[in-house]
Amino acid sequence: MKTLKNIGLIICFIGFTIFTASIFTGTNKVSQETFDSWASQKVKSEFFIEKAQKEIVGKELSAYQLSSKIKNIAKASNEHYKSQKEIAWDKIIWLKWNKTSKDFIFPLARASATGWVSQNQGLFFWLTFGLAIIGGLIAFGADYKLLGPAGIKNNGIFQHSATNRGIIGIGAFAFFVIFYVLLYFFPNYLINPILSVNPIKNWMNGNESDQWFLYGFMYCSVMTVFAVRMFIKYRHNNYQILRTAVVLFFQIAFAFIIPEILVAFNKPWFDFKNAWPLNYTFFFDYNLNNLIDSGNLGIFMLVWGIILTLIIVPVMVYFYGKRWYCSWVCGCGGLAETLGDPYRQLSSKSLFSWKIERWLIHGVLVFATFMTVLTLYTYFAEIESWKELAFGISAYDIQSSYGFLIGSIFSGVIGTGFYPILGNRVWCRFGCPLAAYMGLVQRFKSRFRITTNGGQCISCGNCSTYCEQGIDVRAYAQKGENIVRSSCVGCGVCSAVCPRGVLKLENGPEDGRINPTEVLLGNDVDLLKLMNEK
Amino acid sequence: MEHIVIIGNGISGVTAARHIRKLSDKKITIISSETEHFFSRTALMYVYMGHMKFENTKPYEDWFWDKNRIALKKALVKSIDSNNKQLLLSNDERFSYDKLIIATGSKPNKFGWPGQDLKGVIGMYHKQDLENLEKYAPNNKECKRAVIVGGGLIGIELAEMLHSRNVPVTFLVREDSFWNGVLPQEESEMINKEIIDNHIDLRLGVNLKEIKADASGKVKSIVIAETGEEIECNVVGLTAGVSPNINFVKDSAIETNRGVLVNRFLETNTKDVYAIGDCAEQKVAIDQRRPIEAVWYTGRMMGETLAQTICGKKTAYKPGHWFNSAKFIDIEYQTYGWVWAKPRENEARFFWQHKDGKKAIHVNFDKNTREFIGINTFGIRMRHEFFDKVLTEKKEVEYVLKNLANANFDPEFYKQHEQEIISKFNKENNTSIKAEKKSWSLIFNRS
Repeated sequence: MKTLKNIGLIICFIGFTIFTASIFTGTNKVSQETFDSWASQKVKSEFFIEKAQKEIVGKELSAYQLSSKIKNIAKASNEHYKSQKEIAWDKIIWLKWNKTSKDFIFPLARASATGWVSQNQGLFFWLTFGLAIIGGLIAFGADYKLLGPAGIKNNGIFQHSATNRGIIGIGAFAFFVIFYVLLYFFPNYLINPILSVNPIKNWMNGNESDQWFLYGFMYCSVMTVFAVRMFIKYRHNNYQILRTAVVLFFQIAFAFIIPEILVAFNKPWFDFKNAWPLNYTFFFDYNLNNLIDSGNLGIFMLVWGIILTLIIVPVMVYFYGKRWYCSWVCGCGGLAETLGDPYRQLSSKSLFSWKIERWLIHGVLVFATFMTVLTLYTYFAEIESWKELAFGISAYDIQSSYGFLIGSIFSGVIGTGFYPILGNRVWCRFGCPLAAYMGLVQRFKSRFRITTNGGQCISCGNCSTYCEQGIDVRAYAQKGENIVRSSCVGCGVCSAVCPRGVLKLENGPEDGRINPTEVLLGNDVDLLKLMNEK
Repeated sequence: MEHIVIIGNGISGVTAARHIRKLSDKKITIISSETEHFFSRTALMYVYMGHMKFENTKPYEDWFWDKNRIALKKALVKSIDSNNKQLLLSNDERFSYDKLIIATGSKPNKFGWPGQDLKGVIGMYHKQDLENLEKYAPNNKECKRAVIVGGGLIGIELAEMLHSRNVPVTFLVREDSFWNGVLPQEESEMINKEIIDNHIDLRLGVNLKEIKADASGKVKSIVIAETGEEIECNVVGLTAGVSPNINFVKDSAIETNRGVLVNRFLETNTKDVYAIGDCAEQKVAIDQRRPIEAVWYTGRMMGETLAQTICGKKTAYKPGHWFNSAKFIDIEYQTYGWVWAKPRENEARFFWQHKDGKKAIHVNFDKNTREFIGINTFGIRMRHEFFDKVLTEKKEVEYVLKNLANANFDPEFYKQHEQEIISKFNKENNTSIKAEKKSWSLIFNRS
């Protein structure tokens, strides 16, 4: 079995290696036709077009060469026009490190890819995704025997390099961070990986794959493989099995398949479960216009999105706690609960972290709300979003800084990239504005709590250790007090790892939900009365 | 300001300190030679198994003690001079107190076996035992086999620990079935099976004769008394129970027996000296309880109670209904009320076991009055509050069975077995109980 597991790991590793190595191979050959159609959409500078025509068209270039040539020519073009007496501002090419590559260079690089991968996309898919998925399934499947009889088997977690910030963990951290940086800001270097999923995109709605389709497909396959790991690891625990199955279903159906089908029918790409303010672009002018222009379905989407945030989310949190979303429906939560599960013990449980958490997450909620209010104001006041509102800042500036700082850096690069260092819920714990919103409801008006079972706690600390949200569960349990915390996402793992059956996630009457105690159940009845009722 | 000195930073001493602080402004010092900070002894096993780091076993962050003005002193107490209200420490320092709380816990039993102090012979109680285990049994190359002597809770935990690192284990149990002095036969057999299913070499009804050393003074093998069989091993775990850790009290004026003798107020015979937790021995046992209770929960309760007395509200130690819990490898165990290993005269029993052999309940009740006396539950979690209330209100066994759904504390979506349990009960008792539906108002009714 051990050998089988190693074979699986090797196969998986080969898939990943090919996937990663492909970034450094492959060439681009820009045809005249491709160049013309790209240039006509993106550039007004004749200087640029003339120079690029000579240096780029028809030449075989690596992704790096192509990108740096475009950047250099654009810079030269800008200098050229800026040195003129009267500056033709429309001919200046706007260059910014986090935008130029993905918005300007990527479309050309994507359209001009040549080489072995672009001609053998199907085979390449099997060599990368195919091997990684099959290998991963074999490796985790072997755990069915290797872990021994069903039960909590966290053996060796803190002694293994991958799960205790060792060299493998740091390697994974670097891999995730670099991947996210490329994905968000430099997709022009991910052309071959993007091509690997092109046949699937073609099959689904006839379009060409881009970096977001690659991400979506990776997301679903990683979640599937790690969901299998969860099914095996927690095969004695129906809560975990059901929760994992449901969150996987929502990811694949609602975040991946349905939006692609919508696009196939010329409808807007829409994720029905993605609620504002996590879905921070929902109230952006382009999105509102797009939905309004998309007929009845578009209007339905608009109304649905508003009802989801204003009614469904708080009502569901009242009855079931925010877990209904965070660990049963949400895509970010889904990844955290599958790919992130091996890292859950790394979240900090200190009071200090809790303080940081409260400032950050509520700060993001305020930021998101402020941005949205401003956006809606400009929308209804019919002010162009790029127009200055005050202090030289426009609504667009605020939107794009939110998108960059929160949407990309915080939720992606840090939120997922830092799994192997800070635990698997970095984004959900410190950043997600929707989690902050639901947290407020959960803390002050909800039927959900984690019940502490009388005086049975032995302060062992398994619950706190395995709380991905960094809640010091034990601090409550050892006092005989229920756990009512805004950040709890109801993953149920504290209850699962408890060796004495002390914790139970449940929904019940609000009365007595928060029950601070002085003396625990099991002691002298008179003393209990005296201490707890004063 | 009155200076309260507590010897021992385990659950009893720390609970006492915390509650004294809540109730008063007294000066508090906790002395321990084991560790600087309080940790959960019951969690030591998880450190070896890699479920946790030692850091994670500390219930309070390190700043907690300063913030609550609880002074921590790392020292070993050699003796107590109660006439001068002073402690003599191992570095010959004299340390004064106004009130003294002895909360030094237990130490593993050793019964004078030849070789019991060899290198590689360990207990599983102190942090130092964990360090020794890490030294002598880091993996199955260094430790080709370990032998555990003594079939109690610590024994099975040590077996699970070693098993988690794939160290082959032979488990010597004196009784003819695991822990059957406490567990009824059905449960005991269930745990025997759990041990064997985990590939642990369980030997029932055998005693240790001697531990043999190799040339360097390390454990080489053990010999079984009954059969004379010699088993080669590198580590021997002695887990034949614990006894109060009170050698340093013996020469003082404080009266001791097996433990430090205390009255209902946890006072010793000496003024201003108290004892709580594993090391305290009740002069007259309380109800059905043993005079020495080496259990986490009772230590905590004594700490809660004594703090009242120390802070001027003299309170007797009157523990409520008995409860306890443990985990036998993958099988969780809880008990509420009393289920003796053998039924008493007035008692009748009801036992149900799931067909997979990993879940069971055993209910004890009065034959004549039908009053519920206690329950053992395995693999099914139950609500402490429910049983505490049932015991206080002296409900009948039928009431308990009818309301099992309210007692259930398993995670959501777990398979429930109430119907099956009740129909078995009905068949055996010629009753016709029907399961009541789960009722939140009953579960959460706190009146």
